[in-house]
Amino acid sequence: MLTADGVSVLRGGRAILDRVSLAVPPGQLTVLLGPNGAGKSTLFSILSGGLRPDAGVAALDGQSLRTWRPDALARRRAVLVQRSELGFPMRVLEVVLLGRAPFAGRQSRDRDLAAVRRALGETDTTHLADRVFTTLSGGERQRVQLARVLAQIDGGTGAAAPEARFLMLDEPTAGLDLLHQYTCLEIARGVAAGGGGVLAVLHDLNLAAMFADRICLLRQGRVVAIGPPDTVITEPLLADTFGLPLRVTPHPTRGCPSVMAA
Amino acid sequence: MVSLIPSHDLGLVNLRRRGRVGLGMAALAAVLAAALLCSLGIGAVGLEPGTILSILLAPLGIDLPWSFAPRDEAVLYAIRMPRTLLGLLVGAGLALAGAALQGLFRNPLADPALIGVSSGAAMAAVAVIVAGAPLMSLFGAGMASSVLPMAAFLGGLAATVIVYGVASRNGETDVPTMLLAGVAINAIAGAAIGMLIFLSDDQQLRDLSFWLLGSLGGVTWAKLLPAVPLLVLGLVTLPLFACHLNAFLLGESDAFHLGFNVERSKRTIVALAALLVGAGVALTGIIGFVGLVVPHVVRLLLGPDHRALLPASALLGGGLMLLADLAARTLVLPAELPIGALTSCIGGPFFLAMLLCRRGQGGLRC
Repeated sequence: MLTADGVSVLRGGRAILDRVSLAVPPGQLTVLLGPNGAGKSTLFSILSGGLRPDAGVAALDGQSLRTWRPDALARRRAVLVQRSELGFPMRVLEVVLLGRAPFAGRQSRDRDLAAVRRALGETDTTHLADRVFTTLSGGERQRVQLARVLAQIDGGTGAAAPEARFLMLDEPTAGLDLLHQYTCLEIARGVAAGGGGVLAVLHDLNLAAMFADRICLLRQGRVVAIGPPDTVITEPLLADTFGLPLRVTPHPTRGCPSVMAA
Repeated sequence: MVSLIPSHDLGLVNLRRRGRVGLGMAALAAVLAAALLCSLGIGAVGLEPGTILSILLAPLGIDLPWSFAPRDEAVLYAIRMPRTLLGLLVGAGLALAGAALQGLFRNPLADPALIGVSSGAAMAAVAVIVAGAPLMSLFGAGMASSVLPMAAFLGGLAATVIVYGVASRNGETDVPTMLLAGVAINAIAGAAIGMLIFLSDDQQLRDLSFWLLGSLGGVTWAKLLPAVPLLVLGLVTLPLFACHLNAFLLGESDAFHLGFNVERSKRTIVALAALLVGAGVALTGIIGFVGLVVPHVVRLLLGPDHRALLPASALLGGGLMLLADLAARTLVLPAELPIGALTSCIGGPFFLAMLLCRRGQGGLRC
């Protein structure tokens, strides 16, 4: 279990995060929602281990992220950040193989290549394998980066991994066309169904309502609500959080809440 | 999502990639071998490759059909070999340091001479030569020849740390800032070197002026040997960080997410690059653009994977340095061109061409 317990982050005397607690359990897709400046990305960074909170503790399996070795942490969780550019023209296969770097010397090359093959297949990028990354379109790059983090948390096809792996996605659907937005979140659901824990920052309320097991709604550095979509995606909570009157109706076929402007 | 591409295709792509690398490495090794033979063989006294082999193998009791005079043996051991070894180590070191710094800065324009690392090292070395003269007479010449490379290393390290500190924020290098920081450091080091030259006596002045232009000339085993362990240490250790540098290509935060201890590898890579440049500068003066041109050419041949790029840059750097030195000492016989001026003649226009190329692709950023 990946947890934040009472974490606060101060910048220039202002609390960007104010005693926030959140658990990302294995087997579930947890989504962070909130307006700009709510602290989503800051909370995300803290849970990835890249940022240390000024107060409170972020932990994986009860052990503070501060005391995890970076390589041991990388074998348990993968992080997709928003902006991923490359310094030099690497090929797609080389980029995705980098996802296996935490396992260098621990597993066979065939095992790495198998993980890469699965990741490329899932993200519909197998045909790009020999292309140069910097010549791809924005959406294609995003999918290749998704393939890289999937390869990183690949647990193999045989016996289930002994410890749950965690996938962290910061606005993974940004820049993707509609089909690939859905594919991306279906992949995330698939990881959760396979026993992994997924944390995703999203902006699209409908995507969140459709795919999330749990939603954490943030505003001004504080948690407004945490729970299943139908308890969080409600008219009073959303109006209060986003400062905009919204209509929430049940989705005609899926049954989950569906949001539109009032 | 099901892909229509058969899965064995991926193995083929990977195989092709590794084949490309293997072939390129073999070609570069052949270039280096040819450069070694030319560097050992060509000069006022010409030595055939066969003669060189039979001189080298004679102490082992192996007789080859090529005969040689004692004079040939002396030329090879006392003159050609130290100079060739020097060119090999310094060229390999500069190219390797350039490749590593470019990976770290995530930009192909980071050249040790351009961003001030070489001049920082040169400033420290000049300071030791001029201001350290009384110290030298105290400790003896043997001590002096080992102090010089260390001082140059520290000077290069200081320059690298300053440039990185000024130009990088949150793991992103601002390239114009990096180049301007290099201009500033070159200016400061140039001023300091000017002051020190002003303070130096006639003999020091002669040593300094030739040395500052860059030269492999006048090297002896006694001057070379103290720096060899430093250069070998850098040449052997830096390629071990190839995977770290590959991860750095994604950015520092992604490198951390992939499990690399970013701060520690960054510090080590900077120190090793400064060690190579510093030790090289202490022996040969400033030889620019090797660190810029060589990794660029290798990247065009083999791609940006540092596991191939770093050793291949070292191979080609050593080979090119030997060939450049060969040109420097044979073009205007019996005089010798300063090799630093020669490499800048080639490297300067090359750098301009790179800038023009990049202008078409959105400027200094990749």
